[in-house]
Amino acid sequence: MTGFTPGTGRRPDGAAFIIAACLAALGLLLLREGFAIPDKGGYAGVGSGGMPKVIGAGLIGLALWHVAAAFRSREPSRPRQQPVPLMWIIGGLALQLILLKPLGFSVASGLLFACTAAGFGKRNLWLTLPVGVAFALGVYGVFDRLLQLNLPAGWIETLIFGG
Amino acid sequence: MGTFDFLLQGLSVALQPMILLYALIGVTLGTAVGVLPGIGPALTVALLLPVTYGLDPAGSLIMFAGIYYGGMYGGSTTSILLNTPGESASIVTALEGNKMARAGRGGPALATAAIGSFVAGLLATLALAFLAPHIVKLALVFGPREYFALMVLAFVTVSAAFGDSTMKGLTSLFVGLALALVGIDGLTGQARLSFDVPQLLDGIEVTTLAVAMFAVGEALFVAGQGMRPDDTVHSLKGSVRMTKTDWSRSWRAWLRGTAIGFPIGAMPAGGADIASFLSYGTEKRMSKHPEEFGHGAIEGVAGPEAANNAAAAGTLVPLLTLGLPTTATAAIMLAGFQQFGLQPGPLLFATAPQLVWGLIASLLIANVMLLVLNLPLIRLWVKLLTIPRHWLYAGILLFATLGTIGVNPSPVELSMLLIFGVMGYLMRLFGYPIAPVVVGLILGPMAEQQLRRALAIAQGDWTTLVSTPVSATLLGIAVLALVVPIILRLRDKGAVLSQIASDAD
Repeated sequence: MTGFTPGTGRRPDGAAFIIAACLAALGLLLLREGFAIPDKGGYAGVGSGGMPKVIGAGLIGLALWHVAAAFRSREPSRPRQQPVPLMWIIGGLALQLILLKPLGFSVASGLLFACTAAGFGKRNLWLTLPVGVAFALGVYGVFDRLLQLNLPAGWIETLIFGG
Repeated sequence: MGTFDFLLQGLSVALQPMILLYALIGVTLGTAVGVLPGIGPALTVALLLPVTYGLDPAGSLIMFAGIYYGGMYGGSTTSILLNTPGESASIVTALEGNKMARAGRGGPALATAAIGSFVAGLLATLALAFLAPHIVKLALVFGPREYFALMVLAFVTVSAAFGDSTMKGLTSLFVGLALALVGIDGLTGQARLSFDVPQLLDGIEVTTLAVAMFAVGEALFVAGQGMRPDDTVHSLKGSVRMTKTDWSRSWRAWLRGTAIGFPIGAMPAGGADIASFLSYGTEKRMSKHPEEFGHGAIEGVAGPEAANNAAAAGTLVPLLTLGLPTTATAAIMLAGFQQFGLQPGPLLFATAPQLVWGLIASLLIANVMLLVLNLPLIRLWVKLLTIPRHWLYAGILLFATLGTIGVNPSPVELSMLLIFGVMGYLMRLFGYPIAPVVVGLILGPMAEQQLRRALAIAQGDWTTLVSTPVSATLLGIAVLALVVPIILRLRDKGAVLSQIASDAD
C-alpha cells in the first residue's frame, strides 16, 4: 500500500491488474458454480444456475474493462497508507474472534477496544485495556441482561452477573 | 377513507407514550451519529437491527426512520463547525457553512440548516403521505416484469449514473450481486456458493456486510492515514438567532430545496447527496448575491440542507410503496422490515395500515423533536465533536462487533465481518463506492425472483420484459442512465458527475 507519491499516477496502473485478476477469479468461480448446478429451468427457462452464469460473465467483462482502463487513463494517486495502525485494528478483530469463546465477550471485546485505540495512537495499554473491559462489561450488562441479546459469557460475566 | 383520516389514525398510534419514546431515542441517536464524523445513519440502523429482534416492530421501524431523519439534521452541524461532513449528504453544506462559521456567523448557519431541515422534513413527509396511496394504486397493476424493470433501474442509478467512474460503480454492484447468490435459492431450494459450510446456507447477512463495510472499513481507512492532529472545531460564538435578512434570504431557498429534494429521493434517482448538490447549484444561479458564494452565502446552507432532508423523506416513497430501496440506509431499513416478517409494498398498506400510517405520522412528530434537539440544545451536540478519535473509533468497533456477535456468535460470522471490513477498506482506498454493494446484496435476490417469475409466466419468452409500456419505458430509462454518463465522461464533461458522487448514505 505504500509507494504512491502524491501527484503522480502510474501508467499502466499495477493495482488495476490485481483488481482485474480478483474480479476474473470471482467471475470464473460463479461460472463454474452456475454450470455445476443441474439446471431445471422449468417454465422460466432460467433455473438456479442462470444468475451465477450472468453475474459471473458480468464480472469477467468488468475485469477486461479494468485492464483496458489501466492502459488508457491515469489513476489518481491514493493517500499514503500506514501499515502499523492497520495491523493493530486487524489484529484486534482477529484476537476478539479467537478469544470470544474461551474468555467471554467482555475480555475479548476489551482487547479489541484497546487494540483499536492503539491503532489510533493511544498505545498506553495499561489505561486502554481496563477501560475497554469495563466498557464492554457495561455493554454486556445492558444488551445481554436488559435487551435479551445472547452474548457469550466468560468468567468475569459469570462472576459479576451470575450464571 | 382519505389520506387525512389515515393520517389522523396514524397520529393516534404515534402519540402513544412508548412510540413517542422510540421516536425520541431514534432522533437523538440519529442526531448524534450525524454529528460524529465517520458514522452515518446506514451504519447506525445496521448496528441496531440485531438489538431490536425482541422489540415492538412498529416502534423499532419508527426508531430507524428517526435515525435517518436525525442523521440528516446532525450532519450539518459537523459540516458547519468542523468542515468535515458528518455524513455524505452534508458535503455541500460545508462549502458555505464552514465559511460562515469562520466569519463568526456559525449560529445563523446552524439555525438556517435546522429550520430548513424542519420545513423540508414537514412538507416532504406530508407529500409522502399524500403521494403514497396513489403509488400504491399504481403498484397494484405492476407485475413481476415491471418490478424487475424497476429494480434494474435502481441498480443503474445507485451504481453507474453518478460518481467518477461507471466502471467502479458497476464493479461494486456486481460484487454485491455475487455475494447475494450465496445461500439457498429462494425459488428452488438449491444451495449455491455455500461450499458445504452450513453457516453460508442462510446467505450473507445484510447487517454483517453493512457493518463491516461502513464501520470496520471506515475505521481502517481513517487509521491508515496515520496520525493527524485533530481537526479544529470552530467554537460557536454568539446567538443562533437569524436576522431579518437571513430569514428573507433563507425561506425561498428552503422551499426550492424541498421541491428539488423530494422528487429526487422519491424517484429511484440516487440519494440525498445528489439532491443537495443540485440544490446548491440552483441557489448559486438564482441568488441575488452570487458574489457571496464561496465566502459564506446563507442560501448555500439553507437550500442543500432542506434538499437532503426532503430527499430522505422522498426515499421512503419507493421503500414503503414498492419495497424498493434506493439508498444504503433504505436498503438496511428494508432488512429491518424483513426481520419482523413484513414486506413493504402495496400489500402492507392494506394489511398493516396502523403500522404504515403510524410510521408516517410519527415522522411528523420526529421533525418537531429534531427542531427542539437541534436549536436550543445545539451546544450539547457540539461537545460530541471534542471526543478524541481513539476513544470514538474503539467504541464504534466494539458496537460493530456487538451486533454480529448478538445475532450469531460464530467464528464464521466474525470472520466475514473481518474479511468484508478489509474489503471495504480496500474499496475506499481505490475509490469504489460502498452503497452499490449493500443495495446489490439486498435487491439482487428480489430482482432474480421477479425475473424468473416473469419468464415463467411468459413460458421463457424474454420479449415479455419489454412487452408493456411501463416496463419498456423503465428499462429504456435504465439504459439511458447507464449510457449517457459514459458518453459525458468520454467527452470530458464528467466533472459534474463526479462531484455528485453518491456515497455512503
